[in-house]
Amino acid sequence: MDLAVAHETISRWQFGITTVYHFLFVPLTISLASIVAGLQTAWVRTGREKYFHATKFWGRLFLINIAMGVVTGIVQEFQFGMNWSDYSRFVGDVFGAPLAMEALIAFFFESTFIGLWIFGWDRLPKKIHLACIWLVAIGTALSAYFILAANSWMQHPVGYKVDPATGKAQLTDIVRVLTQNTTVVQVFHTLTAAFLTGAAFVVGIASYHLWRAKRGKQTDGRKTAAMRTSLRVGLAIAVVAGLGTAISGDTLGKVMFEQQPMKMAAAEALWDTQAPAPFSVFAVGDVSKGHNSVELEIPGILSFLAHNDFSSSVPGINDTAAAEAAEYGGQPDDYIPNIFVTYWGFRLMIGFGMTSFAAALIGLWTTRRRFWLAPEHRTAEDEPPKLMLTRNREMNVFFTRWSWRIGILTMGFPLLANSFGWIFTEMGRQPWVVFGLMRTRDAVSPNVTVGTQAVGLTTLTVLYAVLAVIEVRLLAKYAAAGPDTEEKPPAKDPTLRGPSDDEDADQPLAFAY
Amino acid sequence: MHLHDLWFVLIAVLWIGYFFLEGFDFGIGVLTRLLARDTAERRVLINTIGPVWDGNEVWLLTAGGATFAAFPDWYATLFSGFFIPLLLILVCLIVRGVSFEYRHQRSGERWQRNWELAIFWTSLLPAFLWGVAFANIVHGVDIDADKNYVGTLWDLLNPYALLGGLTTLVLFTFHGAVFASLKTSGGIRIRARAQATALGLATAVLALVFLVWTQAHSGNGWSLAALVVAVLALLGALGANRLAREGWAFALSGLTVVAAVGMLFLSLFPDVMPSTLNPDWSLTVTNASSSPYTLKVMTVVALVFTPLVLLYQGWTYWVFRRRIGVQHIPAAHH
Repeated sequence: MDLAVAHETISRWQFGITTVYHFLFVPLTISLASIVAGLQTAWVRTGREKYFHATKFWGRLFLINIAMGVVTGIVQEFQFGMNWSDYSRFVGDVFGAPLAMEALIAFFFESTFIGLWIFGWDRLPKKIHLACIWLVAIGTALSAYFILAANSWMQHPVGYKVDPATGKAQLTDIVRVLTQNTTVVQVFHTLTAAFLTGAAFVVGIASYHLWRAKRGKQTDGRKTAAMRTSLRVGLAIAVVAGLGTAISGDTLGKVMFEQQPMKMAAAEALWDTQAPAPFSVFAVGDVSKGHNSVELEIPGILSFLAHNDFSSSVPGINDTAAAEAAEYGGQPDDYIPNIFVTYWGFRLMIGFGMTSFAAALIGLWTTRRRFWLAPEHRTAEDEPPKLMLTRNREMNVFFTRWSWRIGILTMGFPLLANSFGWIFTEMGRQPWVVFGLMRTRDAVSPNVTVGTQAVGLTTLTVLYAVLAVIEVRLLAKYAAAGPDTEEKPPAKDPTLRGPSDDEDADQPLAFAY
Repeated sequence: MHLHDLWFVLIAVLWIGYFFLEGFDFGIGVLTRLLARDTAERRVLINTIGPVWDGNEVWLLTAGGATFAAFPDWYATLFSGFFIPLLLILVCLIVRGVSFEYRHQRSGERWQRNWELAIFWTSLLPAFLWGVAFANIVHGVDIDADKNYVGTLWDLLNPYALLGGLTTLVLFTFHGAVFASLKTSGGIRIRARAQATALGLATAVLALVFLVWTQAHSGNGWSLAALVVAVLALLGALGANRLAREGWAFALSGLTVVAAVGMLFLSLFPDVMPSTLNPDWSLTVTNASSSPYTLKVMTVVALVFTPLVLLYQGWTYWVFRRRIGVQHIPAAHH
C-alpha cells in the first residue's frame, strides 16, 4: 500500500473503531441513567418493592455499561492529539473549548455523583441519594451536548475566522458554536435516539423474563412484577423517543440538505439533479459507478425530505461535486464520498431505528393492562401480560411466541442504527474533516510513523475486542439472572451525620468493590 | 498578567490536582501487592478509593481538554510526540477502570485474582510513565521548526526521565501508604504506617536527586523555593507519620506532590515544551496558546466551575470519611 495513503487510512480506522465502539455505551449510559433515576423516584415516592428491585437490577446493568463508556471515553479525549495533531493545531482554538467544557462541567459531575450513588446506599439519606442519580443523568446529557457541539462545528463551522497570520481557525463567537442549528438539531436527534436505545434494551431484557414467566419457567411473582413495570416503562419511552428520533432526523436531514448537499445526495445515491426527486428504498447494481441498475423508489419523497414539498429540485452528486471542485479546486471526483457506505449506512440507520419504534408501538398496545380490555383478560401485576389485539381477542400462540421473540431481538436494533448513523454522517462528510476548511488527509500527525500508528490501531482494537467479550458475558449473566428479589431496601433512612453508636460502626458496607 | 500566563497556571493546577488525587489512587493500587496480605485486605484498600477514583481521574481529562483549548500546539506536540508511552498509559487507565468495576461482579477466584493483578500493574505503570513524560517535557525534547517531535521512542527513555519515572512511582506509593493509614483501621493501618516510613525514605533519596538535577538543568529562583518546600514537606510527612499523626502526614505528603509537580512547572515557564534542537523552536506560553478570546471564554468557565467541582468532590470525601477495616467488607456474593 502507498504509505502516504496508509498514513491517513490507519488513523481513520482507529478513529472509526474507537468512536463507534465508544458510542455503543454512550446512548445506553445516557438513557439508562434516566430510566434508573425514574424507577428509583417511583420507589422513593411509593415505597413499593417492585420499583426497588427494578432500580437495583437496571442499576447494575447500567454500571457494567458505564464503566466501559467512561474508560473508552479517555481515548477519545487524547487521540486527537496523538493521531490528528495537525487537526488539533488548526482547530484547537475553537474545538478545544467545548471539549474542555465537557470535562469541567459535565464529566466531573457524572463521575463524582456516580461514585456517591454506587457507594451511597447506606451513607446518604434516601432523597439525597436519589438526587445523585438524577445529577448523573443530567451530567451524561450535558456531556453529549458539548461533544455534539464540537462535532457540529466540524459538520458546519460557524463563529470563527481563519487568522491570516497563522492560517488557523480562531474562535470569534462561542455562543454561535454552542447554539447553531446543526448543534441543536443533532443534540435532539442523538438524545432521542439514545432514549430509544435504552428503552429497547429494557424492553428486550424484560421480554426475556416475561416470556419465561409466560411459559412457566420462572415463577417468582416479584420478579415478574418488576419486569412487567420495566417493560411498560421501556415501551412507552421507546414510542416517544422513536417519534422524537424520526422528527429530529427529518429536521436534521433538512439542515444537511442545506449545509452538506453532497452528504444527502450520497445518502440517496442520487447522481443527477432531479425535480421532483424520488426516495430510493433500495438500489441494486453498483451505486458507486455513477448510475444504479435496478432501483425501487418512491417519487417525490426526497424533495419532501429536503424542502417539505413534493416537487422541488434536489441537487445530485455530479452537480454538487462539480460545484465543490469549482469552489475549492481540484477534480469533481475528489469531493465524492464513499457512496456505498453512505447509501447503505443511511438506509440501515433508518431501518433499524424505525423497526424498533414500530415494534414498541405494537407492544405498547398489546401489553396494556386495563384500557379497552375485557375484565377476564386483565392480568394481575405479578403475572406476565397477555398480548391483546382487541377488547376480547388475544394474539394466537404463533404470533404471541414471535412477538416476545421480536421484543427480545429488537434490543440490539437501535445500537446498530446508532452505529450506522455515525458512520453515515462522518463518511458522508469526506474528504473534509472540517467541512470546507480542512481535508482529512491534511489532519493526521505528520511525525507519527505508519508503524507507530499500526501499533495504536492494533492495540486498541484487540483490547476493545477482549473487553467486549468480557462485558457482554457479564451483562448476559446479570440480565438473565433477573432482579435479586431477596434484596431488601435499607431498613432505616441513613442520616448525613452517619451512624453514631458502636453497634453500627462495625456493620459491613452496603456496597463494596 | 497575560491570560496565557494565567492558563499556564491553571493547567499546572489541573495536573497538580490530578497527581495529588490519582497519586494516592495509583499508590493504593500498587499497595494491593505490597501491603495487603489477603483478599480481604486487598478489598479494604480498593474500597478506600472506591467512591472517588473515577472523579479523581477526571482531573486528567480536564487537564487534557484544557490544554487542547488553551494551548493547542502543546496538546498536539505532546500527544503525537509521546505516542507510544501515552498509548500505554491509556491502555492502563482503560483496564484499571474496568478492573475496579468488574472484579467484584463474579466470585470465581481466578477472575478476581486476574483483575487484582490488573489493578496492580495498571496503577504501577502510569505512576511511572507520567514521571517519564514530565521529566522529558521539562528537560526538553527534539522539536523541529514545525513544532513536531522528531526524536524516537528511545530518546524518551533517557536516564533523567527514567529517574523521574521512578521518583513519581515511589512518591505516589508513599502518598498512597499515608492515605491508607488515614483511611483504614486495624492491622493494615499499623502496617501502612510502617511501609510509609520505608517508602518515604526511598522517596526522599530519589526525589532529592531528581529535583536537584532538575534544578541544575532548568531551574530558577521560584523552582528552587518549590524544591525546598517539597523537601521540607516530605520530611514533615515522614515525621508526622512516625508520630501517628495520620491527617498531618497525608496533608504533608500531599504538599510534597504539589510542591514537586509545581517545581516542574515552575522550571518550565515560560516554555511549555522546550526544544533541544534550537531554543527558537521551543513551544512557549505565547507561541502555543489560543487566541485571547478563547482564553477569555475558558477563563470565565473555569472560574465558575472549578470552585463548584472542588466543593462537591470535597463533599464526597466527607460523606465517605469513615475508616474501613476488614470487618466492613461484605462477604463476596453470587
